[in-house]
Amino acid sequence: MWEYTDKVKEHFLNPRNVGEVENPDGVAEVGSIACGDALKLSFKLDENKKIKDVKFKTFGCASAIATSSALTEMIKGLTLEEAMKVTNQDIASYLGGLPQEKMHCSVMGKQALEKAIENYRGGPSKEPEAKIICECFGVTESEIERAVRENNLSTVEEVTNYTKAGGGCGGCHDAIREIIERVRAGATAPVVKPKLSNIQKIKMIEETIEREIRPSLKNDGGDIELIDVIGNRVLVATRGACATCKAADITLKHFVELKLRDLVSPELVIEEVTP
Amino acid sequence: MTTIYLDNNATSQVAAEVMDAMLPYFRILYGNPSSMHSFGGQVARKIREAREQAAALIGATPEEVIFTSCGTESDNAAIRSALATHPDRRHILTSRVEHPAVKSLCAHLSRQGYRVTELPVDKDGLLDMNQFERSLTPDTAVVSLMWANNETGALFPVEKAAELAHDKGILFHTDAVQAVGKIPINMKSNVIDMLSISGHKLHAPKGIGILYVRKGTKFSPFLIGGHQEKERRGGTENTPSIIGLGKACELAASNMKMENTRVKKLRDKLETELLERIPNSRVNGTRLYRLPNTTNISFEFVEGEAILLLMDEFGICASSGSACTSGSLQPSHVLRAMGVPFTMAHGSIRFSLSIYNTEEEIDFVIEKLPSIIERLRGLSPYWNLGDQACTVQ
Repeated sequence: MWEYTDKVKEHFLNPRNVGEVENPDGVAEVGSIACGDALKLSFKLDENKKIKDVKFKTFGCASAIATSSALTEMIKGLTLEEAMKVTNQDIASYLGGLPQEKMHCSVMGKQALEKAIENYRGGPSKEPEAKIICECFGVTESEIERAVRENNLSTVEEVTNYTKAGGGCGGCHDAIREIIERVRAGATAPVVKPKLSNIQKIKMIEETIEREIRPSLKNDGGDIELIDVIGNRVLVATRGACATCKAADITLKHFVELKLRDLVSPELVIEEVTP
Repeated sequence: MTTIYLDNNATSQVAAEVMDAMLPYFRILYGNPSSMHSFGGQVARKIREAREQAAALIGATPEEVIFTSCGTESDNAAIRSALATHPDRRHILTSRVEHPAVKSLCAHLSRQGYRVTELPVDKDGLLDMNQFERSLTPDTAVVSLMWANNETGALFPVEKAAELAHDKGILFHTDAVQAVGKIPINMKSNVIDMLSISGHKLHAPKGIGILYVRKGTKFSPFLIGGHQEKERRGGTENTPSIIGLGKACELAASNMKMENTRVKKLRDKLETELLERIPNSRVNGTRLYRLPNTTNISFEFVEGEAILLLMDEFGICASSGSACTSGSLQPSHVLRAMGVPFTMAHGSIRFSLSIYNTEEEIDFVIEKLPSIIERLRGLSPYWNLGDQACTVQ
């Protein structure tokens, strides 16, 4: 059982400001039912441009509901500029703290608030490139960068606790590690792919298959084994359900090959061999 | 506040008779059963009796019963023994819905170079037996399939599967932790080689388990030490718990009928009434082939942890397959393997009953749960959409 503070429990059992504001000035929806939590936030301003009314609807666990409730209480009466200054840490502190694994609830609250204010100010300020890092939970590079910066995170586990990124198949853990290093080093330059030696290439193919490809295949009861690498030809054998699956060819071409081309080298060609 | 305990697949209360049987063996009869003096010898006699009681519950002979520390140890011992006694074979066949005691062990072994096939299940949580048969290879060292699923109660046809494995000379292990004591099991009428039992699921204490190993099956011990358990499991016997488990097995044998009549009736009442009173709810998994005490119900558009905490306010205990309760951000691997939509998986609640539940308790849950779900749906941004989704279907 999670150790929630009394304040979290109290806000969960008696959530404030539930519902949707009529004719809102700003609304936002973040999260999704697939991810396990979602928050819809709407607010209305008074004549002094202060938040007069704010309401939420949340699908999620006790801490998701409690952080939503807390957020509405915290920002009521604030100007939008003041509200923008509320951080996810502020929301967590207001509730006397959250379990580490639940910090992503406070981040969701903060995201909903920003998105609702953007909505009021005339649509979302488009991120220049919303590069998705965690495909399981749809978390972008900039979201991770930000969580790392604002909460001084240093491990993949912490990033997962705060953003959910990396909490699914685990395929993005290396990418998250790179982001952490980059943000903590203060640099923002993206990494360039160096030219590979043969040994490096084989090693990378092995790692990519192990990390990116086998977990997905295994989810469907299948498996794959690297037999050999000759030049740019990657010879593999299929196992388990893949070995008897009619769609295995498509999987090899459209999933395995694309992944290897994307992550190792664009020249690679996948070939199936019978063991 | 009184506790209404509907989480018996997680753990169960120690039966009063079991407790009474155990108590003397802490402070009065604390001898070591291996000792040469009669003070210890009388404990050894009592352990022999417990072994007979346990064997009787599953139609085994006492020599086939090895006492272990828990179901997880039994599972580990069984699978590792099969691999150790078949060093030329590198393949393990199992399913996607196993308990972590088997699933995580197999994942660990696959990192060490073993080939592991996890068979998929259909939407009812059942296996395709043709696919099972096709997956048995000359390289397969062991098959490990659970008898009853802890989350849905779904029963695998392990007796049939064991025969198919045997036809190809492959060892068969089953994690029967949830099945033993709830459904009749007779090892004389099947060919299963190894079977795991956990004490605390059948009203014995935590920290005691059994690995059944069929006579004639080669066995390589997991814990190496003294000569206890005929050198198949080293370590001084957990005498009070072994004696307690023996008593619990005896009780389970005499209560088996009640499981399949009274407990089943209560489970069915709970399930039927909840489905009737709560819209957009459904049972996960087969309703035909399952344990008499388990039901796994999803309430769409609400989240399981929130349901559990509101039930907790009324003293009602159950479990959920939602992501938030697992701490892993993803809903239960069992529900995902069954293809339960995420809208449903996050709001799944498992109720698991025991012979100690009463009709009043079930009525209380039936009375309280609809308002709990309604309250959470009132908070959910998806609920109105859900109304429409329901009429479209």
